[in-house]
Amino acid sequence: MERTVSFRLNGKAASVTADDERMLLWVLRSDLGLTGTKFGCGEGLCGACTVVVEGVALRSCVTPLKDVAGKHVLTIEGLGGEGLHAIQQAFRDHHAFQCGYCTPGMILTAYAFLQKTPRPTRDQIIAAMDDNLCRCGSHTRIVTAIQQAALAGKAGA
Amino acid sequence: MELSRREFAKLTGAGLFVFFQEPERIPRRVATASDFNAFLKIGEDGRVQCLVGKVELGQGAMTSLAQVLAEELDVAFDSVDVVMGDTDLCPYDMGTFGSMTTPLLVPVVRRAGAEARAVLLAMAAERLGVPVERLRVKNGVVADSTGAGASLSYGRLVEGKRIERHLANIRVKPVTEFQVIGRSPRRKDALDKVTGKARYAADQLPAGLLHARLLRPPAHGARCRSVDTSAAEQVPGVRVVKDGDLVAVLHERPDVAAAALAKVKAEFNSQPEVPDEKTIFDHLLKIAPQPRVVAESGNLAEGERLSSGIVEQTYLHGYGAHATIETHSATAVVEDGRLTVWASTQAPFMVKEQVARGAGFSADKVRVISRYVGGGFGGKTEAGQAVEAARLAKITGRPVQVVWNRREEFFYDHFRPAAVIRIRAGTTAAGKIALWDAQIIGAGDREGRPFYAIPHQRIAAAGGWMGGNPPGMHPFEVGPWRAPSVNSNTFSRESHIDVLAAKGGFDPLEFRLNNLTDARMRRVLESAAKQFGWKAAKAPSGRGVGVACGIYSNSCNATMAEVAVHKDGRVQVKRVVIALDVGVVLNPDGLRQQAEGAVMMGMGYALSEEVRFRGGKVLTENFDDYQISRFSSLPEIEVVLADNPQTNALGGGEPPIIAMGAALANAVYDATGKRLLELPMTQERVKAALG
Repeated sequence: MERTVSFRLNGKAASVTADDERMLLWVLRSDLGLTGTKFGCGEGLCGACTVVVEGVALRSCVTPLKDVAGKHVLTIEGLGGEGLHAIQQAFRDHHAFQCGYCTPGMILTAYAFLQKTPRPTRDQIIAAMDDNLCRCGSHTRIVTAIQQAALAGKAGA
Repeated sequence: MELSRREFAKLTGAGLFVFFQEPERIPRRVATASDFNAFLKIGEDGRVQCLVGKVELGQGAMTSLAQVLAEELDVAFDSVDVVMGDTDLCPYDMGTFGSMTTPLLVPVVRRAGAEARAVLLAMAAERLGVPVERLRVKNGVVADSTGAGASLSYGRLVEGKRIERHLANIRVKPVTEFQVIGRSPRRKDALDKVTGKARYAADQLPAGLLHARLLRPPAHGARCRSVDTSAAEQVPGVRVVKDGDLVAVLHERPDVAAAALAKVKAEFNSQPEVPDEKTIFDHLLKIAPQPRVVAESGNLAEGERLSSGIVEQTYLHGYGAHATIETHSATAVVEDGRLTVWASTQAPFMVKEQVARGAGFSADKVRVISRYVGGGFGGKTEAGQAVEAARLAKITGRPVQVVWNRREEFFYDHFRPAAVIRIRAGTTAAGKIALWDAQIIGAGDREGRPFYAIPHQRIAAAGGWMGGNPPGMHPFEVGPWRAPSVNSNTFSRESHIDVLAAKGGFDPLEFRLNNLTDARMRRVLESAAKQFGWKAAKAPSGRGVGVACGIYSNSCNATMAEVAVHKDGRVQVKRVVIALDVGVVLNPDGLRQQAEGAVMMGMGYALSEEVRFRGGKVLTENFDDYQISRFSSLPEIEVVLADNPQTNALGGGEPPIIAMGAALANAVYDATGKRLLELPMTQERVKAALG
C-alpha cells in the first residue's frame, strides 16, 4: 500500500512515501542513498544487508518498510559518533575484513549481539555470527575483534 | 606493443597464466608505462599518489603497493594515497589475477619510486648547492647529512608539477635496507570499510539513475521464442527496452524494476540434452579431446619394472562457484558521447575494451572505474553486467545500474571446471617413487607435474579453465577460480602420494621428504610439522591428521590438518597449519590474512561447495544450497611464514589455498581408513564411504 511511513533513522526523523510492502534494503539504498547497507542474496541468507531495528539485527532485504514504522533503524552510517564505535575500531585494529563487502552487516550484527550479551564467550560469538557469510574468510579476525570490542566495555554505548 | 599469444605467454612467465579463450581477447599491450610519472604524483602538500591499474579485491594490494612506493621514495607510508582500477587515471594493467601483483607490478612500482627519488635528489642538490652524495631523505624531506644548510621537501621541489627528468641505472633498495616493506601497517582501506564509506560499483547513484532487471533464460542453451512485455509496461515509471537479445525492465527503484520484470511473459525453446552433476564425469571422459603430453621424463616401462607396488586411482572434482558476496554490478553513465562505467571487475582495462565493443563506443571514449570490489577469486574477470549497463545507458540516455541477483550470479558464473584425474604410480621397496603416469581431464595442466624426484613420469592433459574444451564439454561457462587448475591437481597428486605411502607402510610426511629434493619445499614441510607437532605414524592412525603440499607459481605451501569425522558423515576441521614460502614477504599480516581466508575457502571446496545442475539449468541458486564455510566451521588456524630473503617477493593470494583439499582428504583417511576420491567430501559422500 502506497503511504508515508515515518521512523527514526540513525537518530533522526525520517519518512518515506512508498509502497509499504517494499523491502527496507531498497528504500535505504535507492530512496535514501544509504549505500553502506549491501545487497548480497535477497533472501535473508547472507547478512550483508543487516541493520539494527530497536536493538535487534534484521535482514533489511526481507524486512518490509511497514515493519519499521515508528521504530528506530540503525545503519552502518549511524554507528559511532564523532569517531569510530568500539566495534568498528576493533575491526579496524584487527583487519577483520578483506573485501569489506560483508563488513557493515558483520559490525551491526555484532553490535546488536553485544548489547544483549556484553561479556560473551567465544562460542556465543560464533553462534551469534553464524548466519553472516564472509567469502574472504575473515572469520577468525572477526571473532577476535568482537572479543576486543566486548573487553573495551563500550560495545553497548 | 602488439603481442602474439605465444609472446604474451612468455612475458607472463612460466607458471603464470593466460586465460583468454579467443585470440581477440588477448590484451594488446602487456608492457605497462615506462615513465615513472605514470605511477606516482607528488602534490604540493607532499602527499604522494600511487597510481596502479590493479584492483583492491580485498587481497590488500592497496596497502602493499603503498608500502613499496613509500620504501623506495623514502616518504612516510601514511603520506601515500593509492588510486586503483581507474582506466583514465592509472597506467594500463592487464588485470588483477594469478597472484601477479607482487611478482610483476611491485618491481615496476619500486623502480618508479627509486628513479623518482634519484631525480628529486638531483634536483635538490642543484637547489641547495650541495653535492648529491651529501644529501639524505627522510619522510619526503631532503636535507644535508652534515646538518648544515637548508632542507627541502619533495612537495616544494616538485611544486605540483610533473617531473620531466629521467635517470638510467636505477638502484632499488636491497632487502637489508627495507624499513617499510616487511612490516604490517594499518590497511589503507580499513577506515572506508568499517564505516560503510567504501563505495562499490552499485553504490554509485548518479542523478536520474535507472535500475535495470533483465530477462534471463531458464537454462543454458535455451533461446527466447516469444516475449510479451505489455503487463510490465503498465507499471508506473517503468521503461522497457528490447534490443536484440536484450530485454530489460528499468525503473528508478531496483525492487520495482524486479517486480515489473516478473510480469514479463516469455517462452523459451526446449533445452538440449546436457549432463547433470551425476553424469558429468563420464561425460567429460567421453567428450574430452585426446590428452596431450605436457611433461615427460625417463621411461614409463622402466618405472614399472622398478616399482614393487603400483596403484591406479581416479580422482574427481566437481564444479565450483566463486560466490562472492558482492554480485556482478555496474553503473553506467553516458555524457557528451563519453561512457563511464563503475564495474565490479578484476580487469578494468579488459572490461574497457569489452564494453566499448559491446556497447558500440570507441575505446578512447570509455572509462572504467573499479575502486572497491566485493571479492573476485577469478570470477570477476568477465563483466557482462558492465556491457548490459552500458548498452542500456546508451539506449535510454539515462544512467543505468545493473546488479545481478544471486540466481543470476550462479547462472552466469564461470565455474571452476569439473575434473577427472587418473594417476597410476609406483614405488620401490625402499619407498622411492619410480613411476608417475597422470591424465588430467578438465582441470588444466598448471602445476600438474609433480615436484617430487620421480625418474619416470608422464603427464597428459586435455581441456581446462583457460580453454581447449570442445563445444558441449561443459554445460555452462568455466573459468579461473582462485589458483586455477592447482586445487584439483594438488588434491589428486597429494591424495595419491598418501595412497602410495599407506601401501608402503610409511608415515605420510616421511614418505614425502624421502621423495623430495626441492630445498624450499622440504623446509616448509618441516616448519609445518614443527608447528603442528606432527608425530610419525602409518595412516590410518585414527587420529585424523593429514598433510599435503604444493607449489603455485614458485610459491611453496605445506598444509597440515586435524579433523574429527562424525558417524553421520560430518567432517569437523579442528586445526589447520599452513607453512608458506613466498620469497620476500612484503606485508606479513597481509599474507596471514590471505592464508586464513584460504583455509576457510579451501574447506568450502573440500567439504561442502557443490554446484547442482540438470538440463542446462543451474539448480544451485542461493547460499542455502551452496554452502560456504561459516563461523561455526572455523578451525584453529596457524600460519608459518618462511623467512626467505633470497627469493623475490611472490604473490600470496592463491598459494595458501591449493593444498586444503588433499590435506583434508588425507586427514579423513587417517581418521577412518576411508579414501575419499571425490571433492567435495560432502556429509552424504562421507557417510556413504563410512558404510
